[in-house]
Amino acid sequence: MASQEILREEPSRGSFINDPKIRGIFFQAVVVIVLVALVWWIAQNVIANLTRLRIASGFGFLNSRAGFDISESAIAYSSDSTYGRAILVGFLNTVIVAVAGIITATLIGFIIGIGRLSHNWLIRKICTVYVEVFRNIPPLLVIFFWYSGVLAVLPPPRESINLPFNSFLNQRGFYFPRAVWGDGSWLILVALLLGIAMAWFVARKARQRQMATGQQFPVFWTSTALIIGLPVLAYALSGFPLSFDYPKQSTFNLTGGFQVRPEFLSLYLALSCYTAAFIAEIVRAGIRGVNKGQTEAAAALGLRAGPILRLVVIPQAMRIVIPPLTSQYLNLTKNSSLAIAIGYPDLTAIAGTVLNQTGQAVEGVVIMMAVYLALSLLTSAIMNVVNAKMALVER
Amino acid sequence: MKHIAIGILGAAALGLVASAASAATLDDVKAKGFIQCGVSTGLAGFSAPDDKGDWQGIDADFCRAVAAAVFGDGTKVKFTPLSAKERFTALQSGEVDILSRNTTWTINRDTALGLNFVGVTYYDGQGFMINAKKLPGVNSALQLSGAAVCVQSGTTTELNLADYFKSNKMEYNPVVFEKLEEVNAAYDAGRCDVYTTDQSGLYGIRLTLGSPADHVVLPEIISKEPLGPAVRQGDDQWYHIVKWTYFALLQAEELGITKANVEEMKTSDNPEIKRVLGQEPDTKIGTDLGVSNDWVVNIVKAVGNYGEMFERNVGSGSPLKIARGINALWTKGGLQYAPPIR
Repeated sequence: MASQEILREEPSRGSFINDPKIRGIFFQAVVVIVLVALVWWIAQNVIANLTRLRIASGFGFLNSRAGFDISESAIAYSSDSTYGRAILVGFLNTVIVAVAGIITATLIGFIIGIGRLSHNWLIRKICTVYVEVFRNIPPLLVIFFWYSGVLAVLPPPRESINLPFNSFLNQRGFYFPRAVWGDGSWLILVALLLGIAMAWFVARKARQRQMATGQQFPVFWTSTALIIGLPVLAYALSGFPLSFDYPKQSTFNLTGGFQVRPEFLSLYLALSCYTAAFIAEIVRAGIRGVNKGQTEAAAALGLRAGPILRLVVIPQAMRIVIPPLTSQYLNLTKNSSLAIAIGYPDLTAIAGTVLNQTGQAVEGVVIMMAVYLALSLLTSAIMNVVNAKMALVER
Repeated sequence: MKHIAIGILGAAALGLVASAASAATLDDVKAKGFIQCGVSTGLAGFSAPDDKGDWQGIDADFCRAVAAAVFGDGTKVKFTPLSAKERFTALQSGEVDILSRNTTWTINRDTALGLNFVGVTYYDGQGFMINAKKLPGVNSALQLSGAAVCVQSGTTTELNLADYFKSNKMEYNPVVFEKLEEVNAAYDAGRCDVYTTDQSGLYGIRLTLGSPADHVVLPEIISKEPLGPAVRQGDDQWYHIVKWTYFALLQAEELGITKANVEEMKTSDNPEIKRVLGQEPDTKIGTDLGVSNDWVVNIVKAVGNYGEMFERNVGSGSPLKIARGINALWTKGGLQYAPPIR
């Protein structure tokens, strides 16, 4: 490199020591060498010390039998499964609570954020109080609030609160009937997919027609009818194959049905409520960031308040909202590791248990960090795509 | 979160502090002037702070005994409360010098985890506790199918629980927490039907519940839980000091040497007592170990013999009132046995 640079000697620069380009390359090379050396030194030290302390190392333990049970699992898991699978279960639990939390937090956040700009004094104040309360309490306390303050004081299983549709609420969680799919129920799924596809097609056509002729078409109601109507029709045609497994009282707990455990419920509600407060502020800032002239111009065109918000203000606000929204999604995902305090089996909890049962501290921590990093990068990547779609297309 | 921090610190410590955990723990301990002792976050009878903030219990006293052997002063101990998950990393990384934390001795911990268990200070077994008021008619662990079971994560208890229910073809619903206090609170609040841990622990925990009389410990013992202190591998001298401190406690009880009579015993005619207490002329037992020759005198003065330690913390002198049982000396039909000090 250096020799080539010297050949292209530029007389005005004088000595190559003073050449900013060469100097730049030199210092970058030094930084890279120092970094690599540091990482190598740490790695060597870890390996040497682990060997000296006679601690087994490597990732081979992931294939050994785990031997412990996990309360909630999205995939088949028993104590005979491997440590690797246990960590996968934890990872999926983290993803489930993060995705559910992100959806709910976004919904609540948008409602509260728009509510803070309402002309109605009561709505505005309620939304302000919500934001100020949740934004200024540490998330761990919000989790404890739901777990110990709300869900733990529910009645024991034998005195469950009966809810409509054979659902029950007690201190062991929320139970509702589980659908059992009989023969021919695949038809319902097909009908549902067909309904969604048709609704999308109708929406597209309606937009084209409105662009061309200015006439509007009731897209929302047609789509709803398609998405709900078609599966119901298929359900009737295939001879009502759907039955329900209802929760029943047994010696200790309710059995059967579908159980949502208080650990999941409190983590999910806490993360949603907490992050929603931040999202509300982002949404409010986004809407405030849209020039008032836009609203006035839309009103001058004869649009009513709803369409103004939906068609003019929010699409422009989204450009301001999405980048900070991404960091809130990342925060929510990472805050899900607070699950450890209430015993929800997320990645941190299970990897921690594996770490302790096997004694592989370095490997365990490396796995945890790598997974959270990958999750965050994935979330960022998705949000960048969304952002690119929303960005102002300059003409 | 804390265990991650410890994990990372542990990883960093393993990586960077090459000397802290190296060979001569005795020299390090002498240089800093105290022993760093890893205990539980609070288990009555084993290691729990009293109302003055002093750590009490068999495990805490064991560390005092080692301090007495090394320094001649049982107070030169600092305690580090550790959760079940943090304990091994803390010992491996050199954060503590002894792990004396109701920890079960297993082959995996002796080999893959790089620890050395010095002995069994308490022979225990895993049991179950239920709220008899809420669950009348349940009097055996075999009736527990379908129950929600509270258990502490990262313990042998968690593994035995899975094995026991599996081998008896029963189902259960694990409710797992990292810290003992969290498990206690969840059980007390009724989040689970059953509490499982070492039986001695169950008796201790029962005392801390809202209404102890409502809770019964079921008769089944489903595992062997030999609890004992552990040290790091690779330092035989320190391992021997800690191991022989344990044997000295047993030997003192066997010879009838107590906190009260240890000074008189020094002038005893019994050659064995004289030898153990370092009163033989030109004795080298203590100095060969790396401590002073009157190390046993110091140990007994600080905490008494094993029997006194047991009765004071978990036996008749404590609210737990646990009988000696298999923890009696071998001369009285128990399992506690010390090789000769000579």
